[in-house]
Amino acid sequence: MTKKDEPPSLNDLDARLRRARQREADENPSAGPVRPRLSGFGLAFRVGIELVAATAVGVGIGLLVDRWLGTKPWGMALFFVLGSGAGVLNVYRAVSGIGSAVGYRSTRQDETDQD
Amino acid sequence: MAAAPPEDSPLHQFVIQPLVPIHIGNVDLSFTNSSLFMVVAATLVTLFLTLGMRGENLVPGRFQSMAEMSYEFVAGMVRDNVGSAGRKYFPFVFTLFMFVLFGNLLGLLPYSFTFTSHIAVTAALALVVIVGVTVVGIAKHGLHFLSFFVPKGVPAALLPLMIPIEVISYLSRPVSLSIRLFANMMAGHTMLKVFAGFVVLLGFLGGWAPLAMDVALTAFELLVAFLQAYVFTVLTCIYLNDAIHLH
Repeated sequence: MTKKDEPPSLNDLDARLRRARQREADENPSAGPVRPRLSGFGLAFRVGIELVAATAVGVGIGLLVDRWLGTKPWGMALFFVLGSGAGVLNVYRAVSGIGSAVGYRSTRQDETDQD
Repeated sequence: MAAAPPEDSPLHQFVIQPLVPIHIGNVDLSFTNSSLFMVVAATLVTLFLTLGMRGENLVPGRFQSMAEMSYEFVAGMVRDNVGSAGRKYFPFVFTLFMFVLFGNLLGLLPYSFTFTSHIAVTAALALVVIVGVTVVGIAKHGLHFLSFFVPKGVPAALLPLMIPIEVISYLSRPVSLSIRLFANMMAGHTMLKVFAGFVVLLGFLGGWAPLAMDVALTAFELLVAFLQAYVFTVLTCIYLNDAIHLH
């Protein structure tokens, strides 16, 4: 076996890999997060849960407010509506691929254009 | 028809049984079958990773390959969703993923207990995630973190309406995170038990159809076990990304 046939040293390989990764990261810095692609059933499940969870949180807050301020039905009624709004917002974001970000500003440029 | 004994119920598998009763004051801190399987899952993850990486061969064997794959998988997830700023939080995300994954997979073994099918467990995990992420956000941005709840491009007149909605939307995250995992696991395992019950009821002649269904469902549950661990972790990454980068 001659010297030429020896595999390149691991340190060398490591350095080259590091350079290649750095180059790739520099070229497309905002590759954007990859969202899980859900099946139809999975999507339906997710949408349902988002809607119910936000409404439930709204009602919960409303009941606590009522107990605290003694405004029996009104807090619950108000926060039920707000919770439903939050639920619809969550569903909209989940479905339109903005992910779960709170706020309309998106990390991805192409999505901010659609707002 | 006489009422079936409770052991025959498809929901019996979810009953928490104290193994070592511990009561401190009025608080029940018993070591239950749920705790036992959490300990088993944590031990198995540790064994899987340490024994798998014991050789540290350049060309990995089977177990080393699996250990490296799980590392690469979660590392890729953190990199794609949070970017290089998320590298610091990789140990937490990796632990979370392995714990949920092993909990889901352990639950598929007969006579085992699926601790991820209990909302008490998933809600605790989700709360750790959300509180941790919020603390990270506040530590990184200070009071500026509150701008998170002020959507851009909304007329000032609508802000009193939008800010509570955003806050509720934020608070609903741990709820949906925990419900998704627990509901998926509980529904799947209940379904398995229901069909398994049909096998016994229909006997040798008719029992084959539900048995085939159970085989198919077990394969499906394996998929769900991986998928739900993945979804739980990927959502953690997304929330972390929101907190670090604030939109």
